[in-house]
Parts: sequence; C-alpha cells; structure tokens
Amino acid sequence: MSDSAPSAIRAPTAIAPRATAIATVAMVAVFALAPLAVYPVFLMNVLCMALFACAFNLLIGFGGLLSFGHAMFLGMAGYVSAHAAKVWGLTPELAIALGVATSTLLGVVAGLVAIRRQGIYFAMITLALAQMVYFFCLQAPFTHGEDGIQSVPRGRLFGLVDLNNVWAMYYVVLAIFVAGFLLIYRTVHSPFGQVLKAIRENEPRAISLGYDADRYKLLAFVLSAALSGLAGATKAIVFQLASLTDVHWSMSGEVVLMTLLGGMGTIFGPVVGALVTVGLQNYLAPLGQWVTVITGVIFVVCVLAFRRGIVGELAAWWAKR
Amino acid sequence: MFGIPTQALFGQLLIGLINGAFYAILSLGLAVIFGLLNIINFAHGALYMVGAFCAWFLLQYLGVGYWWALLISPVVVGIIGILIERTMLARLYKLDHLYGLLLTFGLALIIQGVFTNYFGSSGLPYALPQEFAGAYNLGFMFLPKYRAWVILASLIVCLSTWYVIERTKLGSYLRAGTENAPLVQAFGINVPRMITLTYGFGVALAALAGVMAAPIYTVNPQMGANLIIVVFAVVVIGGMGSILGSILTGFGLGVIEGLTKVFYPEASNTVIFIIMAIVLLIRPAGLFGRAR
Amino acid sequence: MKTILYGLMTLAFAAASGSVQAQISDGVIKIGVLSDMSSLYTDLAGAGSVVAAKMAVEDSGIEKRGYKVEIISADHQNKPDVGSQIARQWYDTDKVDVIVDVPNSGVALAVNQITKDKGKAFLVSGAATSDLTGKACSPNTIHWTYDTWMLANGTGSAIVKTGGDTWFFLTADYAFGLALERDTEAVVLKNGGKVLGKVRHPLNTQDFSSFLLQAQASKAKIIGLANAGGDTTNSIKQAAEFGIVKGGQNLAGLLVFLTDIHALGLNTAQGLIFTETFYWDMNDQTRAFAKRFAERDKGIHPTMVHAGVYSAVTHYLKAVEALKSDDGTKVIAKMKEMPTDDPLFGKGTVRPDGRKIHPAYLVEAKKPSESKGEWDLYKIRATIPADQAFRPLKDGDCPLVK
Repeated sequence: MSDSAPSAIRAPTAIAPRATAIATVAMVAVFALAPLAVYPVFLMNVLCMALFACAFNLLIGFGGLLSFGHAMFLGMAGYVSAHAAKVWGLTPELAIALGVATSTLLGVVAGLVAIRRQGIYFAMITLALAQMVYFFCLQAPFTHGEDGIQSVPRGRLFGLVDLNNVWAMYYVVLAIFVAGFLLIYRTVHSPFGQVLKAIRENEPRAISLGYDADRYKLLAFVLSAALSGLAGATKAIVFQLASLTDVHWSMSGEVVLMTLLGGMGTIFGPVVGALVTVGLQNYLAPLGQWVTVITGVIFVVCVLAFRRGIVGELAAWWAKR
Repeated sequence: MFGIPTQALFGQLLIGLINGAFYAILSLGLAVIFGLLNIINFAHGALYMVGAFCAWFLLQYLGVGYWWALLISPVVVGIIGILIERTMLARLYKLDHLYGLLLTFGLALIIQGVFTNYFGSSGLPYALPQEFAGAYNLGFMFLPKYRAWVILASLIVCLSTWYVIERTKLGSYLRAGTENAPLVQAFGINVPRMITLTYGFGVALAALAGVMAAPIYTVNPQMGANLIIVVFAVVVIGGMGSILGSILTGFGLGVIEGLTKVFYPEASNTVIFIIMAIVLLIRPAGLFGRAR
Repeated sequence: MKTILYGLMTLAFAAASGSVQAQISDGVIKIGVLSDMSSLYTDLAGAGSVVAAKMAVEDSGIEKRGYKVEIISADHQNKPDVGSQIARQWYDTDKVDVIVDVPNSGVALAVNQITKDKGKAFLVSGAATSDLTGKACSPNTIHWTYDTWMLANGTGSAIVKTGGDTWFFLTADYAFGLALERDTEAVVLKNGGKVLGKVRHPLNTQDFSSFLLQAQASKAKIIGLANAGGDTTNSIKQAAEFGIVKGGQNLAGLLVFLTDIHALGLNTAQGLIFTETFYWDMNDQTRAFAKRFAERDKGIHPTMVHAGVYSAVTHYLKAVEALKSDDGTKVIAKMKEMPTDDPLFGKGTVRPDGRKIHPAYLVEAKKPSESKGEWDLYKIRATIPADQAFRPLKDGDCPLVK
C-alpha cells in the first residue's frame, strides 16, 4: 500500500476563474438576501459550518491529508471565545480573535506531531489528538463539562454594533464567512497552493524538486486549523453556547461528510455540502435518530457511487456538455 | 504500596484487566481485518453492539440463553459482515484505503441510528447467566464470578485465534495474502474468498465480545461508539497488522488505564491516546508491527 | 363610502367574535413539551410528559370555551446545544408560548436563559437543580415538581439522623449531579456527619465498577448516589454485584423515580429510602388519574415528573384564561398570584422566586412480599409539610427577591 498522497482523492478539472468569480458573487448575493425568507439562525449555522468545511477541504482536497480530528479546532476555539466573552467580558471581535489564536496554536502543536506520518496513520494521530482535546474539555473546570458555557453575551462589535440584533449578527457572520472563503480561494490559487497540489499528487517528486514538503503541509494544516477556529469561535458567539458536541469525534466525522458530499477539492463543494447537511439535520429533526441513519446512508452512497460530490459531479457534467 | 491502599490498587487492576479483555478481543478483530484488507473497520463497534443485541434478542424473544448466544450471535454477525464485504467493501479495494474508512464510518452511523431509534439510548438489561451468579471473595474485593469468566474466555479466544493465524496452514495463507495478494492468488488460492471470510471472522469476534459484554455493560446502542475509538488506539499502538501485538496491547492498556485511575484519575481517559501519539511518533508501525 | 362602511362592519364583527382570542398570540396557545425521548431519562419523563400535558388540556375544558391549544414535542437528547437550538427555533419561528418539562438540569438552565431573553414562559417539571429558583431565577420560569435542595433535606437528613453519618458521593458530572451533591453535602455537614470522598462519573455511564470500587475503599457507611434514571439503576445493580451492601455499606438513592424502582424490581430495590412529591396510590384522585394515564401510556404509571407537567399545565391554562393573554412574563406573574389547586398535588402556591410549594413525602420501596400489584411499590414513611420541604425564600440568592 502506498503511504503517499491518496491517489483517488483528486481535484476535478478546475473551473475557469471567471466562472468561479461569477459563482462567488452569486453565492454571496444568495446568502445576503436569504434571511428575508429563511430563519436567520439556521443560516448562520450553515455559514459557520460552511466555513469549517471549507477549512477542512483546504487540507484534504488541496493538501491530500485526511484529518479525523478537526473538531478539536472548532470546539476549542469555541470554548475560548465563549469564555473570553462571558467571563473576561471581551467584545466579540476580540473574543473571536482569541479563539482563532487558540486554534492556530493548537494547529501548530498538532501539526508538528501529525505531519510526520501520512495516510491512515495521519488520520489516526489527528483522531488521538482530538480525543485528548475532548477529554481535556470534558474535565477542565472552565468548560463546565456536559453543561457547556451557557449564556455567552453577544456583545457589541468594536463596542459599537449591538449583535443582539439578529440582522447585525447575521451580516457580521456573512462577512466573516466571505473573508475566510476568499482567503482559501487566494491560497489555493497562489504559488503556495500550486506547490501543495504538487506535493499531493506526487510527494517524492516535489521533494526532489527542492520543496520542503513537510513545511508546506504544516502550513496548510495550521491555516486549516485557524479557519476552523474562526468558524468555531463565531459559532459560539452566535449561539451563545459552547458545548462538548463541537469537540466530539462525531463532529469531525460530520465535516468529512459535508466535504465529501459537496465535493472534495472543489471550492464551492464544502459550502454546498454544509448547506445540505445542516439543512437535513434541521428539517428532519422531528425524525429523531433517523437523521443519523440518513447521514450514514449519504456517507455510504457518496463513497460507493458519488465520490466527486455534488459540485464535483456538476463540474464534470458541465465540462462534458 | 505506593501510598495507595492495596485494596484499591488490586481492585482497579482487576477491573482494568477485564476492560483489557474486551479491548483485546475487539482489537484482535480489527487487526485481522486491517492486516488482510487494509481497511480500518469503523463499523467494528457497531457490530459489537449488534452482537450484544443479538444475544438480548435471543433471550428476550426466543428464550435462548447465554451459552447458545455465544455461538449463534457471532455467526449471525459474521454473515452480516460477509454481506457487507461482498456488496460494498469489495468495490473499494482499487481505491485509496481511506475510502474504506469512510464507508465503514457511514455504516456505523446507519447501524447505530437504526438501533437507537428502536431501543432508545439507555441500556436494556441482560440477565446474568445463573452459573455465574455470585462473587469470589478475594479479600481485597469481591470479584463477580462472571467477570472472572470474561478474563478467562477472552484469553482462550485470543490465544486460539493467534494460534490459528500464526501456526496453522490456513493462517499462513492469510499471512501470505497480507504480504502479497497477487502472488498468493497465482498459487491458486482464492484470495477474494479468503478476504471475505476474514472480514466475516473479524466481525464475528466483535460480536462475541458483544455477547460477553451484555451482562456487565447492559445492552445499549451507544456501547460500541464509545469503545471503538479506544480500540483504534489499541490497534495502532500494538501494530496494525500484528495479532500478538493487539492481544498484548489490549490487556496491557486495560491494566494501565486501571492503574491511572488509581494514581491520577483525571488522566485515565486520555492516557491511551497519549501513548498512541507517542508510539506513532517513535515507532509508527506500532510496538509489534512490521513496517509496511 | 360603501367600502368604508363595509370595512367598519368587518372590523366591528371581527372585534366582537375575536374578543375571546384578542390577546392570544397567533390565536393559539402553543405548548412545547421538550423532554428526553430516547436516553436515560425517557421513562421518568419522555413521552409520558406529552401524555400528561394532553390530559391537562383536555381536563381543563379550555378548548370548549373558545380557545385553541396545540401541543408539540421534541427530544433534547440531554445536550444543551440541541435543547437550546430547539427552544430558540420554537420561540422564534414555531410560535411556541410555553415550554414544559425539560429533564436534565444543564438543558433546563440553557432554556431558562433563552425563555427570559424572549419573554416567554418555562414550566420546569423534570429538571432538579435548585439554582433555577436560586441564582438563575427568572420572572419567566416556574420550577414545579421538586429540586435538589428538597431531595437533600428530605432524604439526606433522614438518613443522617438514623446513623448514616459518613458519606461517599457517586455523582453525575453535570449541573444536576453537582447541585445535588452540593446540597446534600451541606445537609450532612449540618447534621454532624462527614463526607469521606466524592467521585464523578459521566452522564449515561454503563459501567460503574471502578467508581464503586472507590466507594468501597472509602469505607463510608453511606454511598450517596447523586445521579438519576438509568445511571441510578445501573449503580444499584452493579453495587449488588460487587457485594457492597453485603460488605456493610448502604446506598442512598438521592433521586429515585417510580419507573426506576419498577425497572430494578423490588428484590433489588427493597428498603431504598428517598423523597418524592407525588405517588399515584396516595388517594382516590391520584389513583383515578393514574388509571387514565396508564391507559394512554402503555400501562406505565405516572412519576412525579408526569404529575408535575399535568399540574403545571393546568395552572398555566387557568392563568391564561384569567388574563386572556399568553404573554409569557405576564402569565408567570399571574401564576404566582393565583393559588394552585389540582387533583394531584392538592392546594399549593407559587413563590415569588418561581418555586412551587407543596408537601414532600419520604417513601420506602416495599419488600416483594408487601406488594400486591406491578406498580404497588412504595410505602409512605413520613410527610414533610409544604412550608418545610423547600429552601427558605431568603436563602436562595434569587435576584428577584432581594
């Protein structure tokens, strides 16, 4: 078995830059207008999860590294941000910044440990690290274990904008999502992104060309961790709650599903995947545990027959016509 | 001893040994599957749970007792495993092995979700078989007879599996198939069938553990989910393809976990993962594994 | 001209016919039963709470007097994030006016906050933490059936006074367990006892062996189980396996429900002493209710949580009718004004801090020989009068009361 980059997890034909630009504008427009028709809190959930999935996709789709412990970044940043806003009374942007700083630091530490290995072993190390973070969060007094950090104040952004107003909160979240999304886009289409792609396709060759593969992978890992933390910290402020669910390994599994369903290695795939997944969970919630079953079925179907995901299949169909 | 009352120390050690017994059987199944199929079987925990439910079902509706369940349940789950392998896993062998992980993860969600839907997520009681009622008074603790049996039975199962794989002809085919499948096939051995049966056997072991767990841990749909992550760690530490490695590591880690509970309880959940991270850094193939 | 006349007539007509519904938001009194429908608390609350709420609505006859009432339910899965998302959505988009039940103190605290933020109403039957009428008290919440202070002072002091003066706690590691442990420890110490140790276990634990071993090693006379539902029954069963009672220690179930005793069976449970505020076999009215309840809930007899839901919804509907409005804050205030009276708890009151007051009962699980029916499980040992059962108003630190 080759331990180098997963050969089948490959990006499909890239969509032309102009098409991507149009699609991005369209996506932002849709999200900007959607709260008029759809419950804003649900949409904010989608946006946070979409950012998380995009960050995860940076690592798997473009870096070729499957992490099974990404929840540690989402959840840990959420806890720090919630604690900062509630106990230290920081304004939301500072609380979120602190959360991002935490997940970035965690990303550096985890990355240094995990990058040395590849494939299955990499996935297992990230899982182990995530479990350690989970149990830390379970026991640390400041997280209040099962109860989570509750009643987190939304506060006033920069001391000016009252985020208790749902519209203010929504557009702040949208802005954060767009910023993260654009950052990922720029990263992927930069020289850094090209080298990363080369490493993913054929690591020994990239090394022979003089690139320090480990350094690039680590950088991608830390960036992915930072953006996941941004998603988690924002989520904690929006929902005014930080709980164990966000550091549990099932959340790590969920982000894999979102990315797989949407299309690994595509720019828009994770957003679509997040929308569908969160939407399913929300609208099928009355069905109780059947949601888990449906999630599992989608996973199985995607792996067996739908590996390119929604956006991947769409792109392939578009290219063929 | 070490400032801790002997009673507490030996008590927790014994509990640790019992937990270790389950870790050993489960990681044995996982190791066997990984060794030949190169798939991390995320569904192992869910199938362990199905094994326990099978025993409960047999008792509840058919009045079939524990001893028969020990035989029937692994067979039933083994057949389910064979079906899974034939219909789904086999399609993924040409692809990256991470897809196998994802598929079995999805299967685990399905199985767990269906059972949670029908049975809720608190436990269903499974009656202790009459032969094991009561406990041995060891002086420093009461050891329930059933738990003593668990240790004994799992040792027997583990050692016989090890013997079959390492010392018999069938086992040698298996080991050869792990090393070089096309070559073994060229010798006329039906490798795909061997793979199918191996998967079936691996999950049958999980189901056996499930039946043994039913009287102690109560039968509930979440029982596999919490266990599987720890078992992964055990397999990785022991060496992903090594049979002996998973047996020794399973029991060993159970004991270490028990000891940690005595000296430093807060770390008892994480100690296995810490060890796993360290082992992966120093010896990525695991303590007993071969580098591949 | 004709249009204006027409319009005025329509308005007048609407005003006249709609007068009953004038201030009921959206024309419907919508009740949301948020409970644990699939996990360890599902038997003591769960679907039975929905049945109790429906029975309360029917028995009140309010629908015959022109009001529309709707009941919806959901499973919070014992997760504060799931519970708070459901509560938020119920209040924001589903127009729910009042949330009822919520076993699991962590979830209850989260819902408490959201209800206060949105000015709705919250009637807690299932959750236990006395903080709901203490530092987390709110003008939108009434804590109905029982709380950790009542349990500690009922069971805890009874046991200490009969000689159980050294304790070891086995605690569920979340808001409820910690509150119960804190309140019981205070009682033990006040009565001259000692706490020799504590161990925390995760919610919904299946295997208590290592925790029970620690309890055994402590040699405390009493092992206090600061947990509930499935956790309590598992602890008790496994304690029997490890010979804890044979070794001379006794278990104190600090929160035990009818459904737990039923699940354990009297062989294992006999002799357990604990505190409740309702038992189906106390008088003719409770027995009649239990019979009707059992018919609608697969033969299960009502626990005090179910009874609490019935009683709370009954009083809520009375208050809504009196006010002709379902505005959360106003209805809760009205509920505190009006004395309560229902067939299950009798006459009672609701205090300014949101605490419902009624007597408590010290009960003992019968011996198998004493039981004449599947659900004939308790004997009432003592009655704790209403004015002594709950924490005094001034001791709670409730900001509403200062």
